[in-house]
Amino acid sequence: MQTNKLYQAVLHVIMTVFTLFCILPFWLMVSASLTDNDTILRDGYAFIPKQFDLSAYTYLLDNATNIIHAYGITIFITITGTVAGLAFTALIAYPLSRKDMPFRNALAFYVFFTMLFNGGLVPMYLLYTDIFELKNTLWALLIPNLLVNGFYIIMMRTFFATTIPEAVIESAYMDGAKEGTIFVRIVLPLSMPVLATVGLFYTINYWNDWFNGLIFVSNSELYSLQNLLNRILLDIQFLQSSSQLSSHMSDGVSRIPLESMRMAMAVIGIVPLILLYPFFQKFFVKGLTIGAVKG
Amino acid sequence: MTLPAVLYLLINNYMPMFGTIIAFKDVNFTKGILGSDWIGLKNFEYLFKTKDAFIITRNTLLYNLTFIVLNTTIAIALAIFLNDIKNRFLSRTYQSLILLPHLISIIIVGYLVLALLDVKNGFMNKSLLPLLGMDEVSWYMETGPWPYILTIVNMWKGVGYACVIYLAAIIGIDQEYYEAATLDGANRWQQIRHITLPMIVPVITILTLLMIGRIFYSDFGLFYQVPLNSGSLMPVTNTIDTYVYRALINLGDYGMSSAAGLYQAIVGFILVMLSNSIVRKVDKDNALF
Repeated sequence: MQTNKLYQAVLHVIMTVFTLFCILPFWLMVSASLTDNDTILRDGYAFIPKQFDLSAYTYLLDNATNIIHAYGITIFITITGTVAGLAFTALIAYPLSRKDMPFRNALAFYVFFTMLFNGGLVPMYLLYTDIFELKNTLWALLIPNLLVNGFYIIMMRTFFATTIPEAVIESAYMDGAKEGTIFVRIVLPLSMPVLATVGLFYTINYWNDWFNGLIFVSNSELYSLQNLLNRILLDIQFLQSSSQLSSHMSDGVSRIPLESMRMAMAVIGIVPLILLYPFFQKFFVKGLTIGAVKG
Repeated sequence: MTLPAVLYLLINNYMPMFGTIIAFKDVNFTKGILGSDWIGLKNFEYLFKTKDAFIITRNTLLYNLTFIVLNTTIAIALAIFLNDIKNRFLSRTYQSLILLPHLISIIIVGYLVLALLDVKNGFMNKSLLPLLGMDEVSWYMETGPWPYILTIVNMWKGVGYACVIYLAAIIGIDQEYYEAATLDGANRWQQIRHITLPMIVPVITILTLLMIGRIFYSDFGLFYQVPLNSGSLMPVTNTIDTYVYRALINLGDYGMSSAAGLYQAIVGFILVMLSNSIVRKVDKDNALF
């Protein structure tokens, strides 16, 4: 019994250390955003605010138009992308799960091959800029690479194939139900776990995406939240380096609480995710588990 | 029903595959891509003559190998620990918190790293290093620490995800094996060695295969965004992905950039096929396809 208690204690120590390693950077960021800017300039970022101050947030509130606009873009893209991606994925995953589907294996390979090989960045970039001319449009944030994912199709197909009993589908046939009715009325309601999971994956991919914005968008009107955050990260560096060069920097820039504001921006960028996390964590873990089952 | 997804994959995934012919062309936009002159393997010759080709290949491979070995080991260890913790509430709390970094965009990660490493105000330079009596480091200028920094950041972001998958696999193991082993007098370590690890080999194999298939690819954000695109760090942060991006966006060199991209895709493809056939030979059930 004694060794057992010791073993448990050691486990808790290891896990606490690793957990702290995972969350301390967030803590540092939140603390820095709540610290008076002059204190940061003197003492640096610290885990406990030496001089508590909300001016970074009040500054952001007063200059909220950009942020609200970027939030709007991100929310719109995330909802549209998730709904469309989920629909496309389910619509192909279900037929693939049915043994009586013609060309089933060929179609499965067609999906699977996209996971093994791709054309690379340059042809993709040229395709969307030259042929489809998506540059600086909302479509550029929505379509390239994110909309349908081969891995999620395979994952959903596996779920349909393993958890929907064939007998249920057959008896629905007997009762005269059509394919579409069976899919919508029987298969989908039985598949809520996988729909929630894949939906969540799409949501996170869209919410966090910045690469499409980086390569396809130069118009700041179309900045998503991540692209705005990226821009601020780099712009402040630019402002700082130029203020070192010229001592007579304009007053406008020096009055902005640059350091704390930068961290406050990052906090605002992750707040929605942190708030939602407790609710979707359960699904996320379930989803990872389904994904780990071989397709 | 399948049409939307089939069309999308055709456009997004298959059309660019044909676009790889750009790698064999002297791209001239007035003639159009199809009309541009064929130049055979010239783009590849140019690419492999530069010393970049060696650096980006080395970086991509070494980082990925390190990531695969380190993340897999740590994730499995943590999964075993989490499974052994009797207090369910604390076990779940740990699990949720170590998964958190996986959900954050790499842009935010860039902010977090900056809060630690900023030359003027970062926690390292202002608090930790002076405490240890060490000098400030110009983090974004010195190449030395970055292989470690990138490895740590990658582990920080990725271990929680892998850990949850392994934990699920471990939870799925039939308890009777452990009961029988306990009756035979096996201690905890022997149980891990002879039951837990062998039972999760299929999951380890699949995840490792997937990672080996991606070994010629790198997380663009990690290598471009986290070092804030610092030029002086390029010897240790440039990978094939960042090279392709820079050649395309900064230099507009379509030919060389797509040559590098094709090099990446083909070697990656060969590696998946190769590792999959090796796994097939050892144990057919564990192969991806």
